Amino acid sequence: MSIAPEIRYRFMKDIGAPLVMGMAGLKGKRKAAIKRDVPLGPPLKCSKRLKEIMTRHYFLSRYAEGARPVAWVTSGAPVELLRAFDFYTVYPENHGALCGAQKLGPELCSIAEGHGYNQDLCSYARIDIGVCLSGKTPVGRLPRPDILFASNNICQTVMYWYRVLAHHWKIPLMVFDTPFNFVSLDRSAITYMVRQFEEMIPELERISGRKFSEKKFKEVLRLGKSSAMAWGEVLATMKTVPSPMTIFDAFVHLAPIVSLRGLPVTLEYYNVLLSELKDRVSKGIGAIVNERKRLMWDNIAIWYKIRDFSRLFAERGMNFVTATYTNAWAETISYMDERNPMESLAKAYSLVILNNNLDHRLKLMERLIKEYQVDGLVIHSARSCKPYSVGQYDLKRLLMERLAVPSVVIEADITDFRAYSEEQTTTRLEAFFENIEDGG
Amino acid sequence: MKGWVIGIDVGSLTTDAVIMDEDKRVLSFSIVDTGYNSTDAAREAMTVAAGRAGLELEDVSRLVATGYGRAAVPEANKRVTEIACHAAGAVYLFPDTEMVIDIGGQDSKVIKVGKDGRVQDFVMNDKCAAGTGRFLEVMSAKLKIPLDGMGDISISARGEAAISSVCTVFAESEVVSLVARNCPKEEIVKGIHRSVVNRVWAMTRQLRVSGGVTMTGGVAKNRGVVALMEERVGRRINVPDEPQIVGALGAALFALREK
Repeated sequence: MSIAPEIRYRFMKDIGAPLVMGMAGLKGKRKAAIKRDVPLGPPLKCSKRLKEIMTRHYFLSRYAEGARPVAWVTSGAPVELLRAFDFYTVYPENHGALCGAQKLGPELCSIAEGHGYNQDLCSYARIDIGVCLSGKTPVGRLPRPDILFASNNICQTVMYWYRVLAHHWKIPLMVFDTPFNFVSLDRSAITYMVRQFEEMIPELERISGRKFSEKKFKEVLRLGKSSAMAWGEVLATMKTVPSPMTIFDAFVHLAPIVSLRGLPVTLEYYNVLLSELKDRVSKGIGAIVNERKRLMWDNIAIWYKIRDFSRLFAERGMNFVTATYTNAWAETISYMDERNPMESLAKAYSLVILNNNLDHRLKLMERLIKEYQVDGLVIHSARSCKPYSVGQYDLKRLLMERLAVPSVVIEADITDFRAYSEEQTTTRLEAFFENIEDGG
Repeated sequence: MKGWVIGIDVGSLTTDAVIMDEDKRVLSFSIVDTGYNSTDAAREAMTVAAGRAGLELEDVSRLVATGYGRAAVPEANKRVTEIACHAAGAVYLFPDTEMVIDIGGQDSKVIKVGKDGRVQDFVMNDKCAAGTGRFLEVMSAKLKIPLDGMGDISISARGEAAISSVCTVFAESEVVSLVARNCPKEEIVKGIHRSVVNRVWAMTRQLRVSGGVTMTGGVAKNRGVVALMEERVGRRINVPDEPQIVGALGAALFALREK
């Protein structure tokens, strides 16, 4: 690493970033003063802090190039290993969600489509490829990566998507291959995964130019585990009636555990969020004004509809209090154990919801429905995410048979709203509302 | 007369009104084209129905609107989805109904209903006109056979053309090439019906219902589609005399329920 980028990075980190963060906070304040949503309770105070953290993350990433080794990482990859080498990490999926929320999905997707990528391909992948090909992004600029780090524990698409990125950036792609968990994880699968970590270390040393430090790695594991547990506690506050936050809030506050996992700022942030939520619980403050029905969400968020949906449901006194999606970052990361780092890392990442069998998912949903006192279930069949959407009709039927929970499937996409039909979705949701009101 | 109600169903093709008295007797009904202005169509349907029953529209005690254009009926006391209305209407006509297959102009839905007429679950087609009335409309125009004549023609078919595509537009080009190859019209029509039935059948299977089946919506008037559907579900299907007004009938029942 040369000296100039290093100095520039440090300058931006210490002086530039705090300035930008201050500005981001101010902007939020102005907006909050204008907008008061009637069916919604008071907004979370720490949303301002979250905005600062994420703005800083994307702002600093521009200056990381040359100063720190840079990796682009899939949401389910064991990033803890990279953190031990001080990689600056960028999450194309998180960036895709951000573009989706700003309603930029179709525009960025169509750039990739213009280069021959099919509309049936995941829209996170199309957005990311579109960004690489055009340089367009709402965050200013994404840093050029030195390495790509992917795991197939979330889908097989990432294998092809990241190969395209490797070809585009002419850089190495490192893959963590996780055997699918059909019944239970056997010894040979664990050994297979631990061997992969052992092979990765010298490669990562070469690319980053830094020596592997076991001490630092263990510290990262400890931080990652604690953050995931804090995130779990954050979600658990939603068991309270009325729930102090909605799942739409949680979709947004999920960003640090996805993209900044294993860093001190994440743990610190979730502790702040947790104390605000506990305070709300003790004062009986709900996220929506009149919580009459409690719902569960299945699958990734429909990013461009978060605001509309949060209002639509709140107006009817319906609050989403749990989701399989937000739960995913609280479920297995806590398996990480610094006393047995490699093996526990393998377990934490191979047993995630999308790499696990449908029976596991059914039991998980049953548990969440009971623990969070859920009255109804909204299932998002996401055109982009096949591994998440497969089996949903069976799960719906089984949950109806076992727990008599009314449910509805809405077909949409995570970011590409060309695959979303307002009229059709409204009809389905209204029929669902009638159904749930009818049930008492 | 006092206490009568109107149920109105503003659909994509037609707008239907049903007038019912307090004892749940149908006094009259009307079916008009929706056309460009849903509000006007609703008004026309209600006026026609009221005229037929010899009633003054101002005397209606309650009005419930359903269908895609339900928001376009400003006079409505309540709006209910067509899913709930078709379920209620079908159970009123055929109390043994456990599953409603409604093939309408722009969508098709399969509804699982309880004995009380309540919706238990439902499946709808998504973002695609295959398996709907629109599909048949496009084909009837292409073959120059009136929509209401398609059923009778297909019944007389000896063979059956294979329509493989699930997309309306692509299926249309398949039909064009079948015509070019001199395939008999009735066999093409039967193939078209099969294609609709297969689409809807896939939805019925998701709900796993073993009891009575009632078909509603304009397509239920097509004998050819009903016959193929009966073959698929393996039992006789209830078909109302006026399948198009079942949604409006359900809406009228909702109007009575909340009086």
